[in-house]
Amino acid sequence: MDNPARGGILLGMTYDSDVVIVGGGLNGPALALALAEGGLDVTVIDALPLAARQGDDFDGRGYALALASQRLLRAVGVWGAVADHAQPILEIKVTDGRAGEGPSPFMLEFDHAEIEEGPMGYMVEDRYLRRAFLDAMEAQPRITQVSGETVTAQEITATGATVTLASGRSLTARVLVGCDGRKSGTAQRAGIGRTGWDYGQTALVCAIGHEKPHNGIAHQFFMPPGPLAILPLPGNKSSIVWSETHARAAEIAALDDAGYLDALRPRFGDFLGEIHLEGARFSYPLNLTLANAFVKDRLALVGDAAHGVHPIAGQGLNLGLRDVGALAEVLVDAHRRGEDIGTINVLDRYQAWRRWDTATLALATDGFNKLFSNDNPILRGLRDVGMGVVNAMPGLRRKFIREAAGLSGDLPRLMQGRRI
Amino acid sequence: MTTTQTTVDTAEVAKFEAMAAEWWDPHGKFKPLHMLNPCRLDYITRQIAAEFGRDLTAPKPFAGLRLLDIGCGGGLLSEPMARLGATVIGADAAGGNIPVARIHAEQSGLDIDYRHTTAEALAADGERFDVVLNMEVIEHVADPLAFLTACRDLLKPGGLHLCSTINRNAKSFMMAIVGAEYVMRWLPKGTHEWNKFITPDELFDLLKRAGLDPVDRKGFVFNPVSWQWSISDRDLAVNYVTASLRRAEA
Repeated sequence: MDNPARGGILLGMTYDSDVVIVGGGLNGPALALALAEGGLDVTVIDALPLAARQGDDFDGRGYALALASQRLLRAVGVWGAVADHAQPILEIKVTDGRAGEGPSPFMLEFDHAEIEEGPMGYMVEDRYLRRAFLDAMEAQPRITQVSGETVTAQEITATGATVTLASGRSLTARVLVGCDGRKSGTAQRAGIGRTGWDYGQTALVCAIGHEKPHNGIAHQFFMPPGPLAILPLPGNKSSIVWSETHARAAEIAALDDAGYLDALRPRFGDFLGEIHLEGARFSYPLNLTLANAFVKDRLALVGDAAHGVHPIAGQGLNLGLRDVGALAEVLVDAHRRGEDIGTINVLDRYQAWRRWDTATLALATDGFNKLFSNDNPILRGLRDVGMGVVNAMPGLRRKFIREAAGLSGDLPRLMQGRRI
Repeated sequence: MTTTQTTVDTAEVAKFEAMAAEWWDPHGKFKPLHMLNPCRLDYITRQIAAEFGRDLTAPKPFAGLRLLDIGCGGGLLSEPMARLGATVIGADAAGGNIPVARIHAEQSGLDIDYRHTTAEALAADGERFDVVLNMEVIEHVADPLAFLTACRDLLKPGGLHLCSTINRNAKSFMMAIVGAEYVMRWLPKGTHEWNKFITPDELFDLLKRAGLDPVDRKGFVFNPVSWQWSISDRDLAVNYVTASLRRAEA
């Protein structure tokens, strides 16, 4: 350097990594891998010990990955490990029905043959996805995993963000990213408030085995108590997401397996033949929670930490991976321009990119659900007409299919099948 | 402000810190520059990488390059260049900017040599660089040809000169003066004098007369819907940039 007398200043600035990510679920590792690919050093902190996160047992949880999300997983190098266990979604059938009655004569059918990109998405079980992420992070020298540690404090300064762990260890980075879910401690510690509301419904989630093949068709039945989704898993298995009022859901959750299946059977009829439960049963109260800001100086929120949405169409993870693609692109581009990646003028670009998309989807999902989750005959008539109209217009149908595949909007590079 | 060992009192330091905060506030006085900055940096980094065969995905891609940022202001371009590994000298004829830029570079942990000087003075001292940046300065210079000639002298043979400025036409008058100064209040009134603006053809001509070889020009275009700047091959109507080389002597 030209002026060695001033070089000492550099010694005062040490970062343990460029980015510290709190939360090692799915969005955290996806972001870590994308950033590492872009040349940044990343530390991922997770409260669970590594062994607890590597379990291989099927617990019944699966994700409907939109095509755009699958591309991102391929771009960050985890798709290869889950591809063999993924079930392509070839068709989506949306039906308006009432329990005990057949489906209404109007039905929406979306076939992947109507878009050129291939299947609309894939169903992947949680266990394979988690394992693939852990293995990929292990193989990436730019990623440091800190497992079995919780964050007890965080401090933001003009030049960096420091988190203190329960063990007393502290880590400093240019940017701190909260991928720590809808009750994000990262957001709370930063004083970022949340806005939210309850949907008055609880989602019941389980996996079933069935007699007849599903042929890669996903079904969504809109029932007065709430929607029921049947999502095809590899083999003769499907993932079920089913919404009921809190009170009714509590009753059903309390039933034994046989009683649970008895409650489920009439809701989608017998088109898959005999059914039985596979893995555990889960229930999640449905509510929406939006962080009042997605960024602050040196801090960004991703996935449910930014926006916990109603998982009506498996959009939670897909929306989170869109955040991942957008934040990785903003940070890597800024890094390659020589910008300080933790400054608010850089992080504002991520918020501007994601905020509108998130709010519209959160409201649209809410509106979609409200429109269908009632027994008002006038609304039922409107729904039937609406579905008939959408079916009759190929252009509109393609738009819906592309939306379901996650291909609409301003897509991050990683979701276009390009490199970071 | 001629030595790096100046002892400044604490009130002065506080004043400069406040000014540095102002320079670097993306929503403050220099908002237009912050908005334009990613777009300018994209152009600058790609041109340097192409000219010197550097890989922008590698760490410190500009290591070993000596770069001069003329009209450095608060260091909005000098800092990114230093972060990419270049040895950076930031020069500004407005002496008040120098301690401000210095304080911010120190806060950012960057080693940048900021000097209160001019292109002409540096050239007279025999300084030589791989890259000379003249971003948004030539429209404020009294004698553009003399200025560009000094910039040419500051380049090593094979060196790269990047110059951005504002075109002179009815649209640039509406956008840069009426729009930016009077309507949006992005810039103080009187920041720009429209008759000092230079058209791309005039600038190419000046660059050649200064002994430089202009090789590229692009527009910087503001989209009021997306509220973002982007690089355009065709639209040089308002803001634009040129790249020129100092050819090795025959």
